[in-house]
Amino acid sequence: MTDIASLKRMERPAPPSGLSNALVFGWRAVLKFRHVPEQLFDLVMTPIMFTLLFTFVFGGALAGSPDDYLQFFLPGILVQTVVFNAVYSGMGLSTDFQKGLFDRFRTLPVWSLAPFAGLMVGDILRHLIAGMIILAIGLMLGYRPEAGILGVAGAFVLLLGIGFGVGWIFLVLGLLVRTPTTVMTLGFTFLFPVTFASNIMVDPATMPDWLRAFVEVNPVSLMTTAMRGLMAGTVTAAEIGRALIAPVALTVLLAPLTLILYRRK
Amino acid sequence: MKDGPSTLAPDDPAIRVRGLARSFGATQAVAGIDLDVPRGMIFAILGPNGAGKTTLLRMLATLLEPDAGEATVMGHDLRRAPHAVRGAIAMTGQFASLDEDLTGRENLIMLSRLWGFGRRAARERAADLLAAFDLADAANRQVQDYSGGMRRRLDIAASLIVTPGVLFLDEPTTGLDPSARQKVWRLIRRLAASGVTILLTTQYLEEADQLAARIAVIDHGRKIAEGTSRELKAATGSGFLHVTLADAAELERAAGMLAARLGAGVQRGAEGAVLSVMAGSPEAANAALSELIAAGIGLADFSMGTPTLDEVFFALTGGSDAPAEEAAQ
Repeated sequence: MTDIASLKRMERPAPPSGLSNALVFGWRAVLKFRHVPEQLFDLVMTPIMFTLLFTFVFGGALAGSPDDYLQFFLPGILVQTVVFNAVYSGMGLSTDFQKGLFDRFRTLPVWSLAPFAGLMVGDILRHLIAGMIILAIGLMLGYRPEAGILGVAGAFVLLLGIGFGVGWIFLVLGLLVRTPTTVMTLGFTFLFPVTFASNIMVDPATMPDWLRAFVEVNPVSLMTTAMRGLMAGTVTAAEIGRALIAPVALTVLLAPLTLILYRRK
Repeated sequence: MKDGPSTLAPDDPAIRVRGLARSFGATQAVAGIDLDVPRGMIFAILGPNGAGKTTLLRMLATLLEPDAGEATVMGHDLRRAPHAVRGAIAMTGQFASLDEDLTGRENLIMLSRLWGFGRRAARERAADLLAAFDLADAANRQVQDYSGGMRRRLDIAASLIVTPGVLFLDEPTTGLDPSARQKVWRLIRRLAASGVTILLTTQYLEEADQLAARIAVIDHGRKIAEGTSRELKAATGSGFLHVTLADAAELERAAGMLAARLGAGVQRGAEGAVLSVMAGSPEAANAALSELIAAGIGLADFSMGTPTLDEVFFALTGGSDAPAEEAAQ
């Protein structure tokens, strides 16, 4: 029987730090992995399918042999994985708003940015886990990063930076759009052309001029070029710099916008 | 961010609202409301959907900024010290604000940790709350598998991690079955007995009647009446006569006769051939019914009863502005 008479009065403890709040939200993201392992499946299924299809179906035709193609393709599919991943965090945010969970967070005397910092923690974990799985499959299929462990580690750091930057787009969408499925539809409508019209899958040399002009400045191509360079050990500082233009610009523009939208919501 | 000391004197109300207003575009959701809620009281805000109840509550819970007016909650100024207000309140919204993917226990631990409790303290508080709210058996199940009543209880438990000075409950029993509703009512009474001030919104007259020491009736963003449930009913009239006609075609004629006989506004029900009118006394109602029957108007059903929310509105607004289709829900 409900017996709240036995419930002790509880006074408010000393206020926690913003960092501690953010870590609690990160813990929440980890719990979600445990309870909803399917979400991981969502995250890695598409890239795994892409990797297998492109390598074995198109690989021979595109690069002479599946092995050679995988060598070209894998760094790019990591970029695609992380970029697609970001859509899910926007969906998660939209769901939280729809369920009223953010109302609860906002009536707590916590650092108002903590929920977003926590989302970022969750995102980073998601990017890492998905990236590792794709890399592991690549290694099993015969992919060999010429730059070794250090190169791969560098590539993953860049990957997290990309995920962080692109993540803002979908946080903003998550704040603006009312239903999670709309976030997903909008997200993929935008991302499919942007990732396909890049150098992830094919060398743009054979594309028509107008498309090639776009592909060459497409931030996804710039990110992919730097990823390839890092994993092959041929990267230049300029390539890394160009890869970071979009993530940095997105963060500078959209982080404040996220805050404004959140405060106004 | 500075919380500052509360300037609450023992006799000061827990909530004091003066001229609070908020618009959304051209719609004025809350159009200047004054309220004083004494400490330790259950105070109900009664009104139909769209009356501005939720908007008012969300402003007081710091979720929405007012356009005008001021308010203090437990002595903290809503505009100047929202962070301090948050430290003194808890809010349970209309929809369970829980993470459905997590278990009940994890939800409570997460929120305890956000308040600043250490791991062990958070775990202990979660266990105590689960036991007190009869959720210990379901503690390790995901919230998405909870029933409506269980969710609501967990949601209220989540509002009591730190004992709040004021607890806001937005339609605490909407969508619950009668037994779950009774459970929540009992819980609310216990909470108030332990000294928590409770401000709740409801669209059910019965709920306000059962729980609240005082009721404010609001409509179109304005407070149209305030008092104890007895005072409000006295203002509305003691007995309402509800008549269902056998033939809807007689509706106009019957309405005219009732109005002439009882001298009060007759309301047409939202559906079917139903008429409601304030009768004052059973004798007067009896006389009016006899007249209908004598005139050959067939009755399918009739009853005397407490006024419905519709009828309270009708009486309080003088019948000029009854939000019939809203209140019918």
